[in-house]
Amino acid sequence: MDFSFSDEQSMLKDSVERFIQNDYGFEQRQKVAALDAGFSAENWKTFAELGWLGVPFAEADGGFGGGAVDTMLLAEQFGKGLVVEPYVPTVLLAGGFLKVAGSAEQKHKYLTGIIDGSVQGAFAFAEPQGRFNFADLTTTAEAAGDGYTLNGYKAVVINGPAADLLVISARTSGGQRDTEGVSLFLVDASAEGISRRDYPTVDALRASEITLENVKLTADALIGELGGGLPIIDEVVDGAILAIGAEAVGSMEVLYKDTVEYCKTREQFGQPIGKFQVLQHRMVDMFMEYEQAKSLMYMAAMRLDEGYGDEAAKAVSAFKVQVGKSGRFVGQNAVQLHGGMGMTEELNIGHYFKRLTMIDTMFGNVDHHLKRFGSL
Amino acid sequence: MNLGLDDAERAFQIDVREFIDAHWPEGAREVGGAMAHPPGRRSVAEQHWYDALCARGWSVPNWPVAHGGTGWTPTQHYIWDRETTRAECPVMSAFGARMLAPVIYAWGSTAQQAKFLPPIREARVQWCQGYSEPGAGSDLASLRTRAVRDGDHYVVNGAKTWTTEAHVADWMFCLVRTNTTTERRQQGISFLLIDMASPGIEVHPILLLGDQHSVNSVTLTDVRVPVANLIGEENHGWTYAKGLLTHERTGIAGIATSQVRLGKLKQMAACEQDGALAEDAVFQRKLQEVEIELMALEMTELRTLATVQEGGAPGPESSILKIKGTELRQRIADLQIEALGYYGLPYPDDLLLGNEGPVGPDGALDSLRRMLYGRAASILGGSNEIQKNIIAKAVLGF
Ligand SMILES: Cc1cc2nc3c(=O)[nH]c(=O)nc-3n(C[C@H](O)[C@H](O)[C@H](O)COP(=O)(O)OP(=O)(O)OC[C@H]3O[C@@H](n4cnc5c(N)ncnc54)[C@H](O)[C@@H]3O)c2cc1C
Repeated sequence: MDFSFSDEQSMLKDSVERFIQNDYGFEQRQKVAALDAGFSAENWKTFAELGWLGVPFAEADGGFGGGAVDTMLLAEQFGKGLVVEPYVPTVLLAGGFLKVAGSAEQKHKYLTGIIDGSVQGAFAFAEPQGRFNFADLTTTAEAAGDGYTLNGYKAVVINGPAADLLVISARTSGGQRDTEGVSLFLVDASAEGISRRDYPTVDALRASEITLENVKLTADALIGELGGGLPIIDEVVDGAILAIGAEAVGSMEVLYKDTVEYCKTREQFGQPIGKFQVLQHRMVDMFMEYEQAKSLMYMAAMRLDEGYGDEAAKAVSAFKVQVGKSGRFVGQNAVQLHGGMGMTEELNIGHYFKRLTMIDTMFGNVDHHLKRFGSL
Repeated sequence: MNLGLDDAERAFQIDVREFIDAHWPEGAREVGGAMAHPPGRRSVAEQHWYDALCARGWSVPNWPVAHGGTGWTPTQHYIWDRETTRAECPVMSAFGARMLAPVIYAWGSTAQQAKFLPPIREARVQWCQGYSEPGAGSDLASLRTRAVRDGDHYVVNGAKTWTTEAHVADWMFCLVRTNTTTERRQQGISFLLIDMASPGIEVHPILLLGDQHSVNSVTLTDVRVPVANLIGEENHGWTYAKGLLTHERTGIAGIATSQVRLGKLKQMAACEQDGALAEDAVFQRKLQEVEIELMALEMTELRTLATVQEGGAPGPESSILKIKGTELRQRIADLQIEALGYYGLPYPDDLLLGNEGPVGPDGALDSLRRMLYGRAASILGGSNEIQKNIIAKAVLGF
């Protein structure tokens, strides 16, 4: 057992930490989030220059050869800064599918663009009826000539508005919820037959509803085996869960520390409110929730780096459950202990709370991952 | 003891239902919702509802009969609350009708009662509550807004914050400091009624999570307030304000509203496409737990009402209603977001880009707003921590 980071990992962590501290203060973050695009193209270029967009990819593919621990370190810092740049959808989801299941040609075609920052991606999987079940699909891909025709509807596609490259899940055989028969396709977002409706999400990200109407795909759009998409989704999404969970851990750290700071300075009844023991205990609980989540974050990252399988998936689900519960507790109490101030749009606290709310839902909430944990 | 309605009560219930059907028909319900809009911002249907209430003498049921109340029994009040909440009837703004009026009819002069009560009863005037200040939240008695006597006026200087509806209010009831040298800080506070149109008042919006501007900061610079607008005696305002807070607390519990929301959530879970939630034992169990807690709280409320009916004011028990009531409201709002799945995420608010209106199932955006704004329920009206301090002291004797 070894809980220390390699030199490269420490350097990566330091460089992201510096960026957040120097260039991503809360005010700057709010300005960036309010841009039409919802993030800064300039920041994205910086991410590329600093090599962050290549972190998870093999050196042979132009990447940094990093593993789960590396993405974890990066995402944790992103969570502290409430970064809105679409790292997860582009690098870990679109990029993740290429890494896990892409053919040499597919990698060659897209990875360079993702790593140099010129290509944005998104994973279009959710459907209005499907809740958190990746296999519950009414979107279909029918064989047509030597390609496919896509029809269907995808809901709440994070980074849909900016994406050049969509990874779309669709049913190629079987019944609506069958685990077999799910296939994955790489689709040019500007392809004919795709229409979008864009909107912001509660935590200031951008998402789309996407309608697919007779979208024509060539045979090389298929990623992975025909009908064998579900295990690929599990693996790629578990990597993404580690990242958003790590973001949540970063956010919780800011929340508990800022709350402690606030309670030391805010005075009521002639003393800092932090003198009230009931509030001290609440902050101790917040601190413990953060630590527990952080522990499972390390566990999930290390399991994922051992190689993907049930052990890793189980650790990821355990982590997601903890993040959902801890995030809710820490977020709600940070607001509560800040009193009216915690409710304002002006203060950072409420924005972290909103981000944690979003993370709880994303890729399945507490109940969903409890069930998955039990079934693995 | 028995829980059933007797014949007279059942007849009353039918009467109430007929009244609602006549004056707040199904068709109107989508328009108004259970909001308290100030005069001038109401839909035609909403204004009609208030007019009908006044004509029937039902606009302020909880007031003493002498001032226009109904003299109903606790059971009748209960029936009224449940029926109007279920039909999502517009509610009278609490600031005037529930919070200020009890102070005026208990401590106001006859002239003040004649001047201020009728417009509240007739829903013609919007009030706001000027208590909190940047430095005085939970510790309200530390407030610093000064009122200095000058002939037959007070000159008021200071800053209030978190003032709900100040931007649409005609009047503000306000706590001010009239004596800075008293031994106990509570002793130098007075209760003033301030016309919001007075020169020297500035109102600035504060945007809150999930809110579309209801809260404000208010600055008062050399605002002249006639001495005639002082309630009761100078420096005794704290006593009046405290009496008022217990009324505020029972109001915040919102038990009937929670029942309606829970009902809707159950319905939604039952008829969701593919039935994923209806078959989800874990989610169903959470709904049932909330339902049981609500039942308990409803009985606690009824027990409180019975005490009030026997002549008591709502005492420290109102703190139970406030704590448990707000916790349940927040839990139901959280469950609503859980039920929505990914459609609990879109936030097509006009604060940000994209204003094409809501996506996802009906009411998804409202649920999200309610969940976010609902976090305030455990902060305002005396935070839940402060309520527990009150129970510990007043009930448990610490
Ligand atoms: C949406 C909203 C609407 C409002 N509307 C109005 C209005 O119309 N008029 C008006 O006058 N005010 C209004 N308020 C203000 C509200 O009453 C105050 O926010 C509330 O009293 C808490 O004060 P504070 O925000 O200064 O928090 P603080 O008093 O600073 O409290 C911060 C935290 O410390 C805790 N705390 C404080 N003292 C103790 C203690 N002794 N023991 C344990 N814990 C303690 C609190 O519980 C809270 O968690 C509104 C507030 C909100 C959020």
